Amino acid sequence: MSASRRRRRALEVTLTLMAPVLLLVLWEAFSRAGKLDPIFWPPPSEIWPTFWHLVRNEDLLGDIRISLFRILAGFVLGSVPAVALGLAMGMFWPVRVVMMPVATAIYAIPKIAILPLIIIAFGIGELSKVVIVALSIFFLVALNTMAGVVAIDRAYRDVARNLGAGPVALFWTVALPGALPSIFTGLRLGLGFALIVIVGTEFLSPGRGIGYLIWESYQTLRIERMYVGLIVTGLMGWLLSLTMEALERLVLPWHTSA
Amino acid sequence: MAESGTATRPFPATLVAPAVERHFRVAGEAVIRARGLSRRYETPQGPVDALRDVNLTVQSGEFCVVVGPSGCGKSTLLRLLAGLDRPTSGSLELTGPGGDSPTNAMVFQGQSVFPWLTVRQNVAYGLKLRGEGRVRRATLADGLIETVGLTRFARAYPHQLSEGMRQRVAIARALAVDPDILLMDEPFGSLDEQTRFLLQEELLRIWEASRKTVVFVTHSIDEAIVLADRIVLMSAQSGAVKAEFAVPFGRPRELLAVRSEPRFAPLFNEIWSLLREEVTTARREAGGRH
Repeated sequence: MSASRRRRRALEVTLTLMAPVLLLVLWEAFSRAGKLDPIFWPPPSEIWPTFWHLVRNEDLLGDIRISLFRILAGFVLGSVPAVALGLAMGMFWPVRVVMMPVATAIYAIPKIAILPLIIIAFGIGELSKVVIVALSIFFLVALNTMAGVVAIDRAYRDVARNLGAGPVALFWTVALPGALPSIFTGLRLGLGFALIVIVGTEFLSPGRGIGYLIWESYQTLRIERMYVGLIVTGLMGWLLSLTMEALERLVLPWHTSA
Repeated sequence: MAESGTATRPFPATLVAPAVERHFRVAGEAVIRARGLSRRYETPQGPVDALRDVNLTVQSGEFCVVVGPSGCGKSTLLRLLAGLDRPTSGSLELTGPGGDSPTNAMVFQGQSVFPWLTVRQNVAYGLKLRGEGRVRRATLADGLIETVGLTRFARAYPHQLSEGMRQRVAIARALAVDPDILLMDEPFGSLDEQTRFLLQEELLRIWEASRKTVVFVTHSIDEAIVLADRIVLMSAQSGAVKAEFAVPFGRPRELLAVRSEPRFAPLFNEIWSLLREEVTTARREAGGRH
């Protein structure tokens, strides 16, 4: 049983790695064969040295750290109050009725479009970048949290009330744990949004960060550097979602799809 | 009915874990008296009487089973008894030990075990709400888990269990708070017949050890007869009590013996002929759906 499961796992890992590796091989082959313009599509074997050059001489790791910090700080700043608001919206209908139109309207605006407003309010420093990340995930997480609370089967609330739970106990033992799977869906989506928004924001604000690296390299036509930025962004997104999945498994051992 | 002595029980005393045995207060007084109990719901299509003018008395330590066609207000009645809903008119008088109002615990229809808690945490849930200490909580929960035969699964989450096992958890969770009145809303309704028979036996075994006042709702006549001291038949369109039947089989009961009793079939037929009228009326009222 366990041997067959291990074999299955090995196959899973192989298949997972196969697609990106195949893509790289094809890219390299077409590029060398002259089918791709090397100015815009440099072969992966040339991007790799550029990566090492950037790490050694131009503090690529620092850029990564700065972007990651903006994402994570914004993530915490946005998601904590969002979960609180979402729970309140789910549990109390007046809160829901008051907040729903505002939340859905703001949710629909591409957050990068309000960057000017945020710069006016918070300046061009780090704070505005953290704030836009926070804002971009706030409504997403709040709406998912609310949906999670609303979807909790009435039976669970009845059981809790029947066994003597007051409003506080209902909140901690039913509403919050019952909404957690949906909260995590919001957080996972939010993390993706955060990455999109921070790269976009860094495009528009000269300085540090992986987004700025991509934009600046494109502007100065140093295409290899641009590719390094793109690949790093992709890897960051992948690692962030892996971390999130691990966290979900840790917090929700009871959730079957986690 | 007074608590029968240990010697007369048809099962070894160890089948109900000692910790649980000690936990149950012996023969706590709990009487239910409903007079003209009614519940009306306002819907967009106009008012609907879920329950109309129900008169029902359940004696202390009595196992009362309520049967009736779907939609006759059985669940509404239980929700009123549980205090989860209020009657629109009529009086509901619950007398507990020493004249206090009695405590109750309900086993709900369908999936009601918290998926986010382990078996042990589910069973201990009510005790935790009451502020019982950790040690006492664990002892009682483990005793009840043993009583319903789930010791190996104490740390499992509900999604790892079968439906029958989850209903056992629900029953243990309700018993854990040692309620004066146990309310059960079709607790075995969604189980397959074999599991259902097993759980009926287990329920009787546990009940015979505790002799709580029970109101049990079902749509199965067989289940009603094998479990009940008294069967209350509810009417379809009016949501009132139509008939009552005393079940002539003594305690403790062997379910197999009860099912092969000569008096079983006549009682079954008598209830079914009345229930059949109710079901056909209910169908006609609903517009000839079949």
